[in-house]
Amino acid sequence: MQYKMHKVKEGIWEIPKTEKEGMLVPARVLGTDKLVKEMDDGVFNQVTNVACLPGIQKYALCMPDGHWGYGFPIGGVAAFELEKGVISPGGIGFDINCGMRLVKTNLTLEEVQPKLPQLMDKIFYSVPAGVGCKGFVKLTPNQFREIMVKGVDWCIENGYGWKEDKERIEEYGRIAGAKPEKVSKHALQRGMEQLGTLGSGNHYLEVQVALTDQVYYPEAAKVFGLDRPNQIFIMVHCGSRGFGHQIGTDYLRIFGDAMRRYNIKVLDRELACAPYSSPEGQDYFGAMVCAANSAFANRQVILHRIREAFSEVFKKDPQELGLDLVYDVCHNIAKIEEYQLNGQIKKLLVHRKGSTRSFGPNRPEVTEIYRKIGQPVIVGGSMETGSFLLVGTEIAHQETFGSTCHGSGRTMSRAEAKRKVRGSELKEKMEKRGIVIRSVSMSGLAEEAGFAYKDISEVVDAVDSLGISKKVLQLRPIGNLKG
Amino acid sequence: MSSKVKKKKGNKKTSQVRPFRFLEKIAIADAAFEAQARTLEELFVNCAKATFDAMVDFKTVTPNQVEKLKLENKTLEDLLFDWLAELIYLKDLKAMLFKEFSVKIYKNENYRLEGEVKGEAIDQNKHELRADVKAVTYHLFEVKKTNRLWKAKVILDI
Repeated sequence: MQYKMHKVKEGIWEIPKTEKEGMLVPARVLGTDKLVKEMDDGVFNQVTNVACLPGIQKYALCMPDGHWGYGFPIGGVAAFELEKGVISPGGIGFDINCGMRLVKTNLTLEEVQPKLPQLMDKIFYSVPAGVGCKGFVKLTPNQFREIMVKGVDWCIENGYGWKEDKERIEEYGRIAGAKPEKVSKHALQRGMEQLGTLGSGNHYLEVQVALTDQVYYPEAAKVFGLDRPNQIFIMVHCGSRGFGHQIGTDYLRIFGDAMRRYNIKVLDRELACAPYSSPEGQDYFGAMVCAANSAFANRQVILHRIREAFSEVFKKDPQELGLDLVYDVCHNIAKIEEYQLNGQIKKLLVHRKGSTRSFGPNRPEVTEIYRKIGQPVIVGGSMETGSFLLVGTEIAHQETFGSTCHGSGRTMSRAEAKRKVRGSELKEKMEKRGIVIRSVSMSGLAEEAGFAYKDISEVVDAVDSLGISKKVLQLRPIGNLKG
Repeated sequence: MSSKVKKKKGNKKTSQVRPFRFLEKIAIADAAFEAQARTLEELFVNCAKATFDAMVDFKTVTPNQVEKLKLENKTLEDLLFDWLAELIYLKDLKAMLFKEFSVKIYKNENYRLEGEVKGEAIDQNKHELRADVKAVTYHLFEVKKTNRLWKAKVILDI
């Protein structure tokens, strides 16, 4: 590692701004000694590049699940002032509002296991995944534009959700400020047929069981819906699909030109950016919100299909099966949030790329049903190791611009993972352990093998020890659908 | 007046050029590749092949549909970015996977590309699919000409 770094306190490492020409603030990398030591060089290069962006406040941050991305590292967090600070698509990712959704059931492992293969077949049919998948909702361009503005509200109005789903989604499933007129025809055409689809790569849909002996914060677990031993949950990881990817691509080009006009220089072209307050910055923000709202709608339509699948297999209404949304979080997004800086409350534009908002108890932004306990934080692990539900804290607000980890983070390239295991072998091995797999691509399955990721327990223990979120419970997969 | 970009002559008999290879030590969550070719046009073709090789086993694709595209940009880097981004867009728009690519590149005030790509509508039962490519990134993106070869480095978002 080429940069000098010192430990600010246990779990927080700082690279001073003297380490790279152009750094405006220090960079902070979070994690245990082991996690930080094992991070690839890309993390340190990228987080220090972010620290050079105009208008950045306090520090450029990388969460304990951080790894080499493009532009920002994955796990990157940075806050910018609104007047002179920038907005960067490379700080959000092409998959705008990629996020996690957790759904509870009233079913137990014992009730689900006998019907699991049938259930996974039904879900595999109902939730299209993989390269080239198309959704079942047929939209006109105007309907798609409505989704860009209304997000989950459109879904509820059109029968793809329950009205109570809304209060269980970050930003209530609808971010204000969408500008469909700032979305290209390419983006609209690319995304219009993909509503309700999972995609591929590390996206997944899992049937999971809450481990009764791994409940760390029973009070929060109860508030989030845990009410019986071996309770079944469903976790969904996906984003805005081709629509968001195209918006990211379009604005990367636009910002490349804009930077010349605003005389901004960046150390990586993928960090192309424009002042948030500039016409280009405002246009991108409006288009990004369109993609964010469409991602909420995408995960909502998937939930609708999950409810239908469970209902058909278990021959009961989804309400009777208790298929309530626990929560839905974004982990690739930029949002305007308020923080105290130098004794003043300031509105900042917080970029999170592979990082989850982690707001604690009593914050007005947290939905009323969870306000006393804090916002649920859904952290997806690899398909072999399981996932975690955590809760946000006030410490996150002070230390990390209200942010925490989002997953376990890769440690191995896709090609290396495929050399180590064949998809069919992995499927067999997982099925022997009682995990039913449905995958469009065997090679895609091999790329997502558990050994290609960091130990998720170590990552969540790191954020728990730092106090930027608290562990609530652990979930183990029993059914996995991959693209 | 536009003139065809001058091709670099290579000695085909003495060495085989590896069209592309995936890089394992950079951007591990995504797909980084390095492509090379004796001519600029071949380089664009090899980059397109690497992009679609990330998504499908070519052996399972029959090139029975043709798409044509025309692109223009100021620099070769931006033209290569546009070429790959447009193919990724077409993959979703037409729900197709492409296998055969041919391009002509002209230079006047800007660089212009005329391309023809052949592929097939995506059939999840027929095609041996890999990971979907979301986008081309500009991270470490590079197009350069060495003594003998054109080379490019590209990171695809998976």
